[in-house]
Amino acid sequence: MKELVVISGKGGTGKTSITAALAALAHGAVLADCDVDAADLHIVLSPNVRQTSDFSGGRQAAIDPTQCIGCGLCADMCRFDAIHLEGPANEVLGKTYRVDPVACEGCKVCVEFCPVKAIGFHEAVNGQWFVSDTRLGPMVHAKLGIAEENSGKLVTLIRRKAKEIAEERKSDLVLVDGSPGIGCPVIASITGADLVLIVTEPTLSGRHDLARVADLTANFGIRALLCINKADINPQMTAQISEEARRRGITVVGEIPYDDAFTKAQIMKATVVEYTGGEITERIKALWRQVTYALA
Amino acid sequence: MKIAIASGKGGTGKTTIATNLAVSLARAGRTVQYLDCDVEEPNGHIFLKPHIDCVEEVTVDVPEVDESKCTGCGRCGQLCQYSAIVCIQKHVLTFEQLCHSCGGCMAVCPELAITTKQRRIGIAEYGDAAGVAFGHGKLDIGAIQTPSLIRSVKHHAIDDAVVILDAPPGTSCPVIEAVKGVDFVLLVTEPTPFGLNDLELAVGMIRALGLPFSVIINRCDMGDDGVVQYCRREGIDIAMEIPNSRKIAEAYSRGRMMVDVMSEYTGQFRGLHQRIGRRIAAPMREE
Repeated sequence: MKELVVISGKGGTGKTSITAALAALAHGAVLADCDVDAADLHIVLSPNVRQTSDFSGGRQAAIDPTQCIGCGLCADMCRFDAIHLEGPANEVLGKTYRVDPVACEGCKVCVEFCPVKAIGFHEAVNGQWFVSDTRLGPMVHAKLGIAEENSGKLVTLIRRKAKEIAEERKSDLVLVDGSPGIGCPVIASITGADLVLIVTEPTLSGRHDLARVADLTANFGIRALLCINKADINPQMTAQISEEARRRGITVVGEIPYDDAFTKAQIMKATVVEYTGGEITERIKALWRQVTYALA
Repeated sequence: MKIAIASGKGGTGKTTIATNLAVSLARAGRTVQYLDCDVEEPNGHIFLKPHIDCVEEVTVDVPEVDESKCTGCGRCGQLCQYSAIVCIQKHVLTFEQLCHSCGGCMAVCPELAITTKQRRIGIAEYGDAAGVAFGHGKLDIGAIQTPSLIRSVKHHAIDDAVVILDAPPGTSCPVIEAVKGVDFVLLVTEPTPFGLNDLELAVGMIRALGLPFSVIINRCDMGDDGVVQYCRREGIDIAMEIPNSRKIAEAYSRGRMMVDVMSEYTGQFRGLHQRIGRRIAAPMREE
């Protein structure tokens, strides 16, 4: 079983639309949406959720206002500026200390040092993850709670579940939609993957971000392929990007022209290859052949 | 006044709005600062072409264990929630890249054997871009402390300037770090199902933080009317709509400013700033 992760560096290059189109061509792949910050794959795949589970990325501190003596040691020691004198009154104090759940990183320092043991440490529910059926195969996806963190851990969890399902079903491919950027969730998406497909666009920003994400895959020793989406909006830049990719040892496996069929397909809740049989579909099929060749 | 430009979905035009707003105000004689908080993929410099005159290494605190003092009691490893310091058979090992710099291990060590050392996570650069004070962070490849680097860039905010913060995409910790403490947030979206889904997530986050915000719809004439319907239903102000334009897209692909190829937008961006000023002075009912 192989794992292919689609990432982009820059957002908005068409990563999710391309992933969905590949899912339509890869019969029987298990799909994983690891862009948990702004998950969109479900919009075109209309999943039928079979299983819902809570996700906890760690624990969080909470001060019992009835126990707080207002000494302020917790606020002094907190490196995340998460504790302020803004909690409710108790029998002695007009105000108590309170942990801001958005800012708390669950380090437990306040819990450890509170002189009256007034601070509890509980498992935080940071979101939910789902195992679903879609017309293109099983999908594992998630919804991170509002203003929650720990997306790296959630990404790791989703990839693990997708692999388990692929093993159960004897599927030979896990297709992962990664997240933009080069930070924690992206690293969690690509670590240990067999192959990365980078989707970029021929703009100065796309080129700049591609260089950073290519450095990242090289740093982790993961083989990468490149797809240049909207290739015709700036052919010169497309040529420059192709040349730079070649120099880095990254194969350009597809140049996809700009086509509003991507947007139209999205509105129809379809992948672009399901929506149209035109040139764009032929280009994506050619891309898919190259990717399967590289995976073999 | 601090204004953050954010979006759930990437590639909707955050940097375009942020840089053009900054330049439009600077050309009207305002004191403006642009801070690129998208430290994983900073792109504002491509358009503003700043002259950099200060480069800083940004570091975080990580523990250093003095083995001659360590008794192997293991309390540091018991406290650490990130497996960044572990005690195995009376030996302490540190994994700096996992450290969140909470300071717990140093505080809990009964032998005072743990001190702080600096670990580099990236750089921050500051300079001037034709009258706009410029700053951005660049996260090192393989580093994961995005919020710490954003915090460092934000510390350079100039008090009496209009500070424009270009936030990273998404809805989790890096974005929250970027928008925390600002006076106003502009959420940039596009009128597509993906744009709408990610806008709803971003609105949820901004509301949880209790910040006033407006929406900007970029490429407003493509896609469908889902975003407009949603904003109407939720009573969300649409501060600006920018039609899809080949001219803007081409300028963008070459690193040129929108206000330089379509000067009529300069006035619109100044109007946007005035609109934000009015909203801060007289909040809408829900704020």
